[in-house]
Amino acid sequence: MSTANPNLTYNYKVVRQFTIATVVWGIVGMALGVLIAAQLYWPALNLDLPWTHFGRLRPLHTNAVIFGFGGCALFATSYYVVQRTCQARLISDSVAAFHFWGWQLVMVLAAITLPLGYTQAKEYAELEWPIDILITIVWVAYAFVFFGTITKRKAKHIYVANWFYGAFILTVAVLHIGNNISHPVGLFKSYSVYSGVTDAMMQWWYGHNAVGFFLTAGFLGMMYYFVPKQAERPVYSYRLSIVHFWALIATYVWAGGHHLHYSALPDWAQSAGMVMSLILLAPSWGGMINGMMTLSGAWHKLRTDPILRFLVVSLSFYGMSTFEGPMMSIKTVNALSHNTDWTVGHVHSGALGWVAMISIGAVYHLIPKLWGVKAMYSTSLINLHFWLATVGTVLYIVAMWVNGIMQGLMWRAVNDDGTLTYSFVEALEASYPGYLVRFIGGVIFLAGMFIMAFNIYMTIRQKDAVAVDNRAAQAA
Amino acid sequence: MSTFWSIWITVIVLGTVFGCVWLLWATRKGQAYDQETDQTTGHVYDGIEELDNPMPKWWLGLFLATCVFGLVYLMLYPGLGSYQGLLGWSQVGQYEDEIQRADARFGEVFARYAAVPIPELAKNDEAMRMGQRLFANNCSVCHGSAGRGSIGFPNLTDGVFNWGGSPEEIYQSIHAGRIGNMPARGLMPNMTATQVDQVVNYVLSLNGNRERDSAAAEAGKAVYAQACAACHGADAEGIAAMGAPNLRNNTWLYGSTYEWIEETVVHGRQNRMPAQSPRLSDDQIHVLAAYVYKLSFVR
Repeated sequence: MSTANPNLTYNYKVVRQFTIATVVWGIVGMALGVLIAAQLYWPALNLDLPWTHFGRLRPLHTNAVIFGFGGCALFATSYYVVQRTCQARLISDSVAAFHFWGWQLVMVLAAITLPLGYTQAKEYAELEWPIDILITIVWVAYAFVFFGTITKRKAKHIYVANWFYGAFILTVAVLHIGNNISHPVGLFKSYSVYSGVTDAMMQWWYGHNAVGFFLTAGFLGMMYYFVPKQAERPVYSYRLSIVHFWALIATYVWAGGHHLHYSALPDWAQSAGMVMSLILLAPSWGGMINGMMTLSGAWHKLRTDPILRFLVVSLSFYGMSTFEGPMMSIKTVNALSHNTDWTVGHVHSGALGWVAMISIGAVYHLIPKLWGVKAMYSTSLINLHFWLATVGTVLYIVAMWVNGIMQGLMWRAVNDDGTLTYSFVEALEASYPGYLVRFIGGVIFLAGMFIMAFNIYMTIRQKDAVAVDNRAAQAA
Repeated sequence: MSTFWSIWITVIVLGTVFGCVWLLWATRKGQAYDQETDQTTGHVYDGIEELDNPMPKWWLGLFLATCVFGLVYLMLYPGLGSYQGLLGWSQVGQYEDEIQRADARFGEVFARYAAVPIPELAKNDEAMRMGQRLFANNCSVCHGSAGRGSIGFPNLTDGVFNWGGSPEEIYQSIHAGRIGNMPARGLMPNMTATQVDQVVNYVLSLNGNRERDSAAAEAGKAVYAQACAACHGADAEGIAAMGAPNLRNNTWLYGSTYEWIEETVVHGRQNRMPAQSPRLSDDQIHVLAAYVYKLSFVR
């Protein structure tokens, strides 16, 4: 572009590293997901060993996919986007490198300590206090590099993608510190400073905003760069992006209370959580509308560009799960859905459909640019991956919807004498077909990830023949 | 909740909702175009431009509708600090209402059996189907769906009841629960390893001469008298009032082998059957007691 500084080079090294780490942790995390899905169908796969038990591998799965796969995807794309939209190199290469290796260390420590049973027993915040401190330090380094780079920007305005990344970085820092404050009683053991329902509320204030800011705001940042870039169209509405950004961050922080309906949480906090969750519908959809409408005039590209398909389908799943979420936060609906597989299905329509699909699309967009080649090794393999991911996600979600609603109805069915019609184990037995379908869906999704890894490997190998240096790569 | 916190919550909740409405109003007012446009804001970031399109009307409508719904909800239901809402709803109130309605509806189903003595009720098929459902809902998790129990959870089908098998005693066990506590090494905290071996052999000898060492079993008699007899009785037939099991009937709550019994003697046992009242009404417990009675005594 005309305003570009010809002498400017971007730090692509850390972007490349995080991009590869995205794929690696994606495969690790999703393989663990497939394993624990199989354990629910074939309990013998727990192997009767504490380290391979569902109860210890499940948190490892969630940590690996959220913080390993999702985290690395956010770091890779945010470093790429912030440099390119600010026309500035990262403020510090060495701090960025520290961020990369520090984060990998966190993930490796998670993979060691969780199977060994070291846990704070807080969902998505299982890691014990020494690792929490490491996360905090690494996160401060990340914030320094990201915001420091923004201060070096050439344009007066800050691009909308960077607002979302920025909100994600700031809020996750607050959430992480707030929820993890604890009294250590040993190197691997601590007690939360909060107790009882306060602890529960802190946990779900954190837990829901892990969804809201890690898995939504951060990935909306990704969306705001890669959708217009891949579609080669202007963003649909600047005004809409402002409104939905501020409304989204203002209401999301309230929503955690809906995880604690009909509990010891005071009525007012439950109501406030529900009301804010409902108001959240429109701000969430603002992002979907802006992404989808950006494609107007470029719909024909969907026929030939599977990367764009990933991005569009991810937006569809985003729209669907952000509609489903507010509905499930309504007390009456929640009374049916709570503790059932419906919740698991809802999370995965967001996690597989939205988070994974948009990350995969972004990675396919990034790889050729980062390694300075024209295109991915095989477009038809991307296409195949797209269909595997879509079919896998749909099988997973549908199986969990069916299971969840069935469980909810079975648990509340009563006989003429007021006794429950079904014992718990009967509802569990009825869930088995759904568990098998979910496992199959997971296997199909994971297969797509392996195809992606192969495609990336071949693309990078291709580059060796072309042999481009960093600067030439950036002209692409 | 203190007045301060009540006001604080009200202000930030309403502030967030009205803040959203204000944001919509303010940004909509500043819209340069009413229809879709090709005009951009003039910003370019890495080649990406932004159109100056207005916010879709249906989306604005949806946003406002959820805000209005939220405000109405907060007027009707508790949400603004200590304000209780116009409907006076609370989750505790809802629970109590539902229980009251359930009691009114289902209470009479059970009330009609309240006057029937348990042994007679145990032969009433209709009542026993209800009893079986109550058992499946409330008891089967520990005692098993067939009532056959497992280690630490008594078998209810063998006619052996450590706390007594009379209709009244069964009713009492369900109604108020039971707390069983066998102290480690009985009344002999200083029982030596040899004495443990002796008393275990003695107990085994009472059950079909299964002792490993007859001499030890013989010697165990004295240890038994000192450490165990106070609860299990001089004749070792147990004392139901204390829940102390009969040690002669080859029926075991915690396993019958030498190793299991040794474990029981050395470490003692703590056990607890939770009280089912007031979770279940007295009439429901009456039917349930008849069902448990039937499991053991009606064939």
